[in-house]
Amino acid sequence: MAFEVKKPGLATTVQDLGRPGYYHLGIPLSGAMDQEALIAANLLVGNDAGAAGLELVFMGPELVFRDDALVAVTGAELPPKVDGAPQPTWTTFTVKAGQTLSFDYLRKGARAYLAIAGGIDVPVVLGSRSTYALGALGGFQGRKLAAGDVLPVGAPQRQVPAGRSLHVSLRRNGLEDPAVLRMLPGLYWHRITEAAQGGFFADTWKVAPEADRIGYRFKGGNPLEFVPREPPFGAGSDPSNIVDACYPYGSIQVPGGTEPIVLHRDAVSGGGYFMLGTVISADMDLIAQLQPHKPVKFVPVEMEEALEARAERKAEIDKIKAALA
Amino acid sequence: MASKQIVSPLPGTFYRKPAPDQPPFKEVGDTVAVGDVVGIVEVMKSFNQVVAEEAGTVTAFLVDDEDAVMPGQPLVELDG
Repeated sequence: MAFEVKKPGLATTVQDLGRPGYYHLGIPLSGAMDQEALIAANLLVGNDAGAAGLELVFMGPELVFRDDALVAVTGAELPPKVDGAPQPTWTTFTVKAGQTLSFDYLRKGARAYLAIAGGIDVPVVLGSRSTYALGALGGFQGRKLAAGDVLPVGAPQRQVPAGRSLHVSLRRNGLEDPAVLRMLPGLYWHRITEAAQGGFFADTWKVAPEADRIGYRFKGGNPLEFVPREPPFGAGSDPSNIVDACYPYGSIQVPGGTEPIVLHRDAVSGGGYFMLGTVISADMDLIAQLQPHKPVKFVPVEMEEALEARAERKAEIDKIKAALA
Repeated sequence: MASKQIVSPLPGTFYRKPAPDQPPFKEVGDTVAVGDVVGIVEVMKSFNQVVAEEAGTVTAFLVDDEDAVMPGQPLVELDG
């Protein structure tokens, strides 16, 4: 089984659930930015939750199938079409050999996930098929898809009918306005003044157009004011610099105190910018669905609430698994 | 003649010029052929051309240079 890329879309990549375990060596997690949406797409078509699918960003590709395939599109509302005929999202449908799968323009969210029964069968690199484009690692030749690429698809693991759908209550693709990202203030929180701490939460930020898989940048809030200090050895004179440290997935760095960047799945693992704190794991998938210019507010939480939110999210995914078992 | 619209394929920032020091791709009154570039949308550090899928004459630009645009948002109105 295989399909050919006729038009690649904006930044279409092969992703599974990622490549944990190498971040200390500088190799990031990678994987679907919206993990829950990829899991749902995979389970819909009868794949294991962690099979490789395509992450479609803002604009879908045009794919010509060489064999019949059962597929599903989840995540952002990016309406799929087979030979021009509209197909439902969050629902399995068949693409026959010779037919073209394309997409209408994006209606809601930012990233859609395409799962194909059997999964995309690119080589496993360091335990994952995910694309880390910055490191030219994994995925299809370590890069986003290009016209003319032919991608292999594995043999379907389970027989699933077309028209199988995930109940609307289990689809997570709506975002409040402004979207809310919960965060735990971190080790360097004391570096900004009390007024700046309050201002960071009071301000409404907007997603910057350059936000991507490496980091989600926000602008439009007030610059952060730093507490004066004697620069420690190795930190330099810029008040937003620190002695180099590890960057957690989800950490919020603010170079120069002006534009916060939330590190996401293709981020670097360390450096010399102070971090305000870390977006809680339960809200990281939401970031995947933020379009440029989308208003966002950050809300502080304690560890207890972060752990509760993580447990709630796991329960949601368990519900999806039960519904599609 | 019916009016037609060219919509943005992407969210991002719309530019009417190929570069800041160059003239706009199209002005009101210009004719547009299928495949002509009418603007650029910048997103994720890449510049993506907005290409006309229908021919006509530009009657209006519906957004300004450097405006934030959404996918499906009409950018240019064509007549003919």
